[in-house]
Amino acid sequence: MDIYTRRQVVNVFNLGASVLATVFGLFFLSWLLWVLLAQGLAHLNWDLFTLDMPGPGAETGGLRNAIVGSLMLTAVGVLIGAPLGVLAGTYLAEFGRYAWISHPVRFINDVLLSAPSIVIGVFVYEVMVVPMGNFSGWSGGVALAIIVIPVVVRTTEDMMRLVPDTLREAAAALGAPQWRVVSSVVFRASLSGIMTGILLAVARIAGETAPLLFTALNNQFFTLDMDQPMGNLPVTIFNFAMGPYDNWHDLAWAGSLLITLTVLTLNILTRIFLRTKK
Amino acid sequence: MTDASLVNANNAPLAGSGIAVNVGGAFTKADSEAATDRPAGAVDIDKSKIEVKGLNFYYGKFHALHDISMRIPERKVTAFIGPSGCGKSTLLRTFNRIYNLYHGQRASGEILLDGRNILDRREDINRLRARVGMVFQKPTPFPMSIYENIAYGVRLYERLGRVAMDERVEWALRKAALWEEVKDILRQSGGALSGGQQQRLCIARAIAVKPEVILLDEPCSALDPISTLKIEQLIAELKDSYTIAIVTHNMQQAARVSDYTGFMYLGRLIEFNDTETLFTNPGSRQTEDYITGRFG
Repeated sequence: MDIYTRRQVVNVFNLGASVLATVFGLFFLSWLLWVLLAQGLAHLNWDLFTLDMPGPGAETGGLRNAIVGSLMLTAVGVLIGAPLGVLAGTYLAEFGRYAWISHPVRFINDVLLSAPSIVIGVFVYEVMVVPMGNFSGWSGGVALAIIVIPVVVRTTEDMMRLVPDTLREAAAALGAPQWRVVSSVVFRASLSGIMTGILLAVARIAGETAPLLFTALNNQFFTLDMDQPMGNLPVTIFNFAMGPYDNWHDLAWAGSLLITLTVLTLNILTRIFLRTKK
Repeated sequence: MTDASLVNANNAPLAGSGIAVNVGGAFTKADSEAATDRPAGAVDIDKSKIEVKGLNFYYGKFHALHDISMRIPERKVTAFIGPSGCGKSTLLRTFNRIYNLYHGQRASGEILLDGRNILDRREDINRLRARVGMVFQKPTPFPMSIYENIAYGVRLYERLGRVAMDERVEWALRKAALWEEVKDILRQSGGALSGGQQQRLCIARAIAVKPEVILLDEPCSALDPISTLKIEQLIAELKDSYTIAIVTHNMQQAARVSDYTGFMYLGRLIEFNDTETLFTNPGSRQTEDYITGRFG
């Protein structure tokens, strides 16, 4: 076998292996989507959005309180986590570029990024739920924020570092102080990347269950009071899937489908965000 | 200070440092208004805008500029030529202290802008950079509209109303010979322009803040010949109102656009003279070798 034939054989083999790996991944992804659609689509009806969770033995019911609760918890998590994350990421990429503290901050952030979410739930339980005396929406939001922060810090720093130094020099050369260089040039150049990071963080916390188990807990009734335990989709899915009633199982499937579709939509949105940049 | 010492390299030893010191020595105390009857070969500078005295520059431990002394005349074009890595861009980047953005880069000596040492710790470098504009090798349009690209710098130091700002933007774009091409697309992104247009946009942006000095760091190296020609014409027009210093690796360009030229080699200013003399009758062997293409 001459060297050229050999190369062709190796090429075919490698190409085949990568296609196989792709198919393998896609197969499980589509299987998952298929099962969710098959089990959940039938129960994805109007009642799901207008009725609250059914109690044991109730005939009808929906997930209205859980959906609203999840939206509120996610919103609080992002509103607390994203600004902190963006500011910290900005510090690492710009102002603290030469500061010794940037190294430990970056390291700790990476640790936080991979911290098990249940640990974050237990932590917030100890520092918020116990002193406050009850489970609450606020503590759930804070727990989610702690998951948001490292994701946003990391993406913000990475995206701002992609902005070439020549652009910073150009702005500084006009006499712009550093904060003006960062706020109106670097941010603008990396905005779509930073937004993508925030959207990915939203997608991440939309389905988080563990941090909410010890914080927002769950609530069978509709509430907008963040000082009270708050209904939310992930914990509801957990509870209902474990429950004995068929209509609970159906709602768990519908909730799972809902979360998955939301995450899917967010991921598609981030794609569009990144594309419109170019 | 005798005028004879202004004959920079003709009588000087060939060693680069010796010449550089000699050039510097010529200017340190020279009265800018005096000396009208200089001998042939003297650098006849009426009024200097920037005066460099014993400048050394370091990238960390690397000693990049060695004891540079020279004067940059007001409202003239001064070019710096020399092979890659000779320090010409480094020298230019000290004039607006843009190197301060990076740690580990430092300069010692003096750079006097209108007699004030800009290397002084107390110097406000943002105000300095508003006075000393810079255009870089690669076009660097900000990620905003053409209009905003120009207005950005103006807003840093001036509060203009809408009409005044519109006028300023148009003025700057006209000065940079770009107005006719972009007047109908001012709201479009600056990144959508061609490379040559982007570079003229950057020049317009630098002019818009009305600096006193404009530093051009190889402004044409990324451009096609037609865009290069436009920018060279632009430089010729701008020198009536601004002091211009340009770094170029293109000797023909230096010969075409500049009134004075400095030849640099290995971090030293080997020779500085009016452009015609430097190119037709170089005082140093190294300069001659470089401009005749024997090295570099």
